[in-house]
Amino acid sequence: MDHVTIPVVDPGSAEGVLSLLWLVIALPLAGAAVLLVGGPLAGARAKGAMDRWGPWLACTAVGWSFLLSLAMFFALLGHDAEERQVGQHLFTWFEAGSLHVGMDLLYDQLSALFLLLITGVGFLIHVYSVGYMAHDARRLRFFGYLNLFVAAMLVLVLSANFLGLFLGWEGVGLASYLLIGFWQHKHSAAAAAKKAFVINRVGDIGLSLAVAVMFATFGTTDFTTISAVAGEASQGTLNALGLLLLLAACGKSAQVPLQAWLLDAMEGPTPVSALIHAATMVTAGVYLITRSNFIYEHTPLAQTAVVVVATVTLLWGAILGCAKDDIKKALAGSTMSQIGYMMLAAGLGPAGYPFAIFHLLTHGFFKANMFLGAGSVMHGMDDDVDMRHYGALRTYMPVTFLTFAMGYLAIIGFPLFSGFWSKDKIIETALAENTVVGLCALLGAGITGFYMTRLMLMTFFGDKRWEPGVHPHESPQVMTIPLIVLAALSVLGGVMIIGSWIVGWLEPVTGHAVHPEPPIAPILVTLLVVAVVAVGVAAAWFLIGRRDIPREAPAEVSFATRAARSDLYGDAINDVLVVQPGMGLARGLTTFDRAGVDGVVEGGSAAVGGISGTLRRVQNGFVRSYALSLLGGALLVVLALLAVNLG
Amino acid sequence: MTQYVVLSAILFTIGCVGVLTRRNAIVVFMCVELMLNACNLAFVAFAKQHGNLDGQVAAFFVMVVAAAEVVVGLAIIMTIFRTRRSASVDDASLLKY
Amino acid sequence: MTFWILAPVMVAAALGILFVRKAVHAALLLAVVMTSLAVLYAVLEAPFLFAVQIIVYTGAILMLFLFVLMLVGVDASDSVVETIRGQRVLAALGGLLLGALLVVALSQVSLGTAVGLESANEGGNIQQLANILFSRYVFAFEATSALLITAAIGAMVLAHRERLTPKEGQAALAARRMRDYAETGKHPGPLPAPGVYARHNAVDTPALLPDGTASELSVNRVLAARGTVRSAPALADDIDEVRKQLGVDPTEMPERSGKSSAPATTTEDVK
Repeated sequence: MDHVTIPVVDPGSAEGVLSLLWLVIALPLAGAAVLLVGGPLAGARAKGAMDRWGPWLACTAVGWSFLLSLAMFFALLGHDAEERQVGQHLFTWFEAGSLHVGMDLLYDQLSALFLLLITGVGFLIHVYSVGYMAHDARRLRFFGYLNLFVAAMLVLVLSANFLGLFLGWEGVGLASYLLIGFWQHKHSAAAAAKKAFVINRVGDIGLSLAVAVMFATFGTTDFTTISAVAGEASQGTLNALGLLLLLAACGKSAQVPLQAWLLDAMEGPTPVSALIHAATMVTAGVYLITRSNFIYEHTPLAQTAVVVVATVTLLWGAILGCAKDDIKKALAGSTMSQIGYMMLAAGLGPAGYPFAIFHLLTHGFFKANMFLGAGSVMHGMDDDVDMRHYGALRTYMPVTFLTFAMGYLAIIGFPLFSGFWSKDKIIETALAENTVVGLCALLGAGITGFYMTRLMLMTFFGDKRWEPGVHPHESPQVMTIPLIVLAALSVLGGVMIIGSWIVGWLEPVTGHAVHPEPPIAPILVTLLVVAVVAVGVAAAWFLIGRRDIPREAPAEVSFATRAARSDLYGDAINDVLVVQPGMGLARGLTTFDRAGVDGVVEGGSAAVGGISGTLRRVQNGFVRSYALSLLGGALLVVLALLAVNLG
Repeated sequence: MTQYVVLSAILFTIGCVGVLTRRNAIVVFMCVELMLNACNLAFVAFAKQHGNLDGQVAAFFVMVVAAAEVVVGLAIIMTIFRTRRSASVDDASLLKY
Repeated sequence: MTFWILAPVMVAAALGILFVRKAVHAALLLAVVMTSLAVLYAVLEAPFLFAVQIIVYTGAILMLFLFVLMLVGVDASDSVVETIRGQRVLAALGGLLLGALLVVALSQVSLGTAVGLESANEGGNIQQLANILFSRYVFAFEATSALLITAAIGAMVLAHRERLTPKEGQAALAARRMRDYAETGKHPGPLPAPGVYARHNAVDTPALLPDGTASELSVNRVLAARGTVRSAPALADDIDEVRKQLGVDPTEMPERSGKSSAPATTTEDVK
C-alpha cells in the first residue's frame, strides 16, 4: 500500500453563518424535548392541539437544520480548500485532573456531507412519517424519538473528539432502541429492540475501550491532537485501536459478526427503518472508520480486518436478500450488503474513503427511497409485508412504482444512475488493490442485481396474489412527494463524481491517494460490472419472472435457500457461541448466589433470629427479674472496684 | 465509725433482698425506703467522720427526694390497684416479649 | 452503747420486713427501723436530721404508706408461693454476696478517729446546716422545691378520676331506689345498723332480725371478708347466765328462739 501524507485535523474558528453550527444540533434536540416532555405534560385539550402541530414541529426543526446545513455547505464552498475545517467550542464538558473534555464541534468537508444527508433525508422521512403515522395515537412520542435520533446522529458527526462522538453514538443506540420497539405491544418488536440494543452494546464496548486507550496513549480524545501524534504511538496500540474501532463499527453498521440485529430491526415502523438504513445509525460505522483514517493509515492489520469483514458482509447480506419474502427484510439484507461495500472502500485507505462516502450518500438516497416506497406499498396492502402476497401493483400504485423503480435501477448500478457511479468506483478500487476482494465485490454486484430484480418482480409485476379484502391504493401526497424527491436524488446522485469532485472535496480530510495501476482499464471494469449485473437480472427474470410465484413459501428447497432464510444461521451461531454459555454462566451464578451467598447471609440472619428468639424470653415482664439483673450488675461493679482497689 | 457504715451496708442489703422477693408493691416500696435510709445513715456517719456538714445536707436532700418519690409512687400504685384490683408487682407483667 | 443496743433491733426489724406476710406489719417494722435511725442520727450529732427523720419519715411518709394500705385493702397479703422460678434463691444469694462484699470492703479500710462535728456545729447544728443549704446548695434546694411541686401535681393527676356521667341528684337517687324495690325487691331504706336489736353494740356484731337471725347486711363487707364478725347470739350467752342467776327463766325470753340459726361460736380473727 502506498503511504501517503496523512492529513491533520486543524480547524479554524467558525465565523459568519458557520457560527450557527450548534443550532443544527440544537433544533432537533429542542424539538425532541418539546415533544417528549410537553406531550405527557399537556392536558387533554392541549394534547389534541399538540397532536396536530407536533409532527409538523418535528419536521420544521429538522427542516431548518437542513437549511442551515445547506447554507453552511455553501459557505464552506466559498472558503479556500485549506480553510474548510471549522471548529466551535461550546463549553467544557468535564475536566478531571489533566483531562479536559470540551463540547467541541468540528465542521469539515466530511461532516458537511453527512450533515446534508442526515438533515436532508431525515427531513424527507419526517414529512413522509406525518402521513404514515397519521393514525397512530402515540405519534407525538414517535416524532420526539425521530428528532432525538437525528440530533444524536448530528452530535456523532459534528463532535470534534471521540468522547463527543461516543455521546452521539450512544444517543443513536438509545433512539434506535426506542424506535425499533416503538410498537412495544408486539412481543416481536420489543424483542427486536432489545436485540438491537444488546448487540450494539458489544460494539459500544469496542468504542469505549478505544476511547480509553486513546486517553491512556495520547492523553486526549481530540481529533486535532490525535491526528497529529497518532504515528508516534506503538504499533501494538495502533493495531488495538484499529480493531476496537472496527468492532464498534461492526456493531453500529451491522457487519459480520454483529449483523444479527439489522433484520429483526424491521419490526419498527417503516420510516424508522428508512432512517436507520439511509440517514443515520448504520452509516455511523462508515463515518467512524473514515474519520479515524489517521489511525487506520498506521495499522495495515486493522485495515485488512476491515476489508475482510466488509467483503464477508457484502456477500452475506446479498445472500440473505435473495431468500427473504418479507419486503423489508430483503431490503435490510441489501443494506447490509451495501454497507459492506462502503466498509470495503473505507478499508482500502485514502483511495477508497471518498468512494465509501460517495456510495454512502447515493445509498442514503436510493435506500431511503426504497424503504419509504416499501412503506407506501405496505400502507396500501394493510401492513402486509410478505412479497408473496403482492404482485401487479405497478398499475395500482403508479407513483410508488416509478419512484421505487428509480431506486431499484440505482442500487443495481444501472448505467448513469447514482449507484452505478459509486459502486463501480468501489469495485474498481478493490480490483486494483486485491483481485480476490475485487472479484467478491463483483459477485456481490451480480447478486444485488438478482435479489433486487426478484423484489421488483414479486412486488410490482406478475399476477395478483393479494389477501382477500385488500384494496391497494396510492398513498397520500405527503408520502409521495418525499418519494419523488428521493427518486430524483437516486437518479442524479452521481453528479458528485463529475470531474472527481467528491475526491477532491474530501482529500483534505482523507488524504491524497496515489491510485495504483489497475490490472485492467477502468472502462473494462465498468463494462464487466454492467455485464455481471445484467446476468443477475436475467437470472432473476428466468427464475422468478417467468414462473408463477406460490403464495406460500415452498418448503422443499435447497440447503442454500434454507440457510439464507434463517439468516445464514447468524442467530444460531450467536446462540451457540454466546447466548448458551452466557445462560449457563448466569444459571451457575444464580445457583451459587442462592446456595452460597444467600445461604451464608440467610443462615446468618436465621441464626441471629433464633438466638434472639431465645434471648427475648429474658424479657419476661416481671420487674423483679429486671431488678435481679440490676443487682447482678451492681455486684459486678462492686467486684470491679474491689479488684482495682485491693488488687 | 466503721460499725455505722457496716450497719448501713447490712440494712441496704436487706432492703435489696426485700425488693427482689416481696411481691406486694407497697412492701417493695417500703424496702426501697429502707435502702434510702441505709444510705442516709452512711451519709450522716461520714459527716461526723470528716467533720463537715455536707453529708447531713445530702441526707436531707435524699429525704426530700424520697418524699417526692413516695408520693408519686403510691399514686401510681393506687391507679394500678384501681384498674387491676391487685397490688402485686407480678401482675403488671404484660410489657414483655 | 446506744448503737449496740439499737443495731440488733434494727437488723431484726429489717429482716422482719422480709418475712412478715401482712403489709401492715411490715410498715410497723419499718417504723421501728426509722425511729431507731433517728436516734442514731442524734448520736451522730445530727439533731436536725433526728427531728426530720421522725417528723417527715416516720410521721408523714409512713402514715402515707398506711393510708394507701387502708385504701388498697388490708387483706392484700403475699402468698407464700414464689411465681418466678429461682428468684428467691438467686435473690438470697445475690443479697448475701452483696452484703459480704460490702462488709469485706469496709473492713479493709481503716477510717481512723472521727474528726467530730464540734467545730462544724459551732453556733448550732441547724444554723450551720442552713448556712450551707442556702449558700453552697441553694440551687439544689430550689431544684428540690420544683421537684416537690411536680410530685404533688403528679400525684393529683394520677389520683384524679374524671367523672364520666353527671352526678346523680337526690330525686334521681330516690327514684332509683324505689324502682329497684319494685323490680327486685331491694330494700329502699338505709342498711341496718350493726348491733341493733342485739345485746352488743360493736360494729363487728351483726344486728338481729325480728325472728332472731343475724342480718348480714348490717356488718361491713370488709369485716365479713376478713372473717372477724362476732356472733350476736353467742354473746347473749353470758346475759342468759346473768338472768339465770337472777332467777329469770331464759326459755321465756323471746329473743332466744332464733339462736339456732345464728353462728354458735365467735369466729374472731381467723387468718
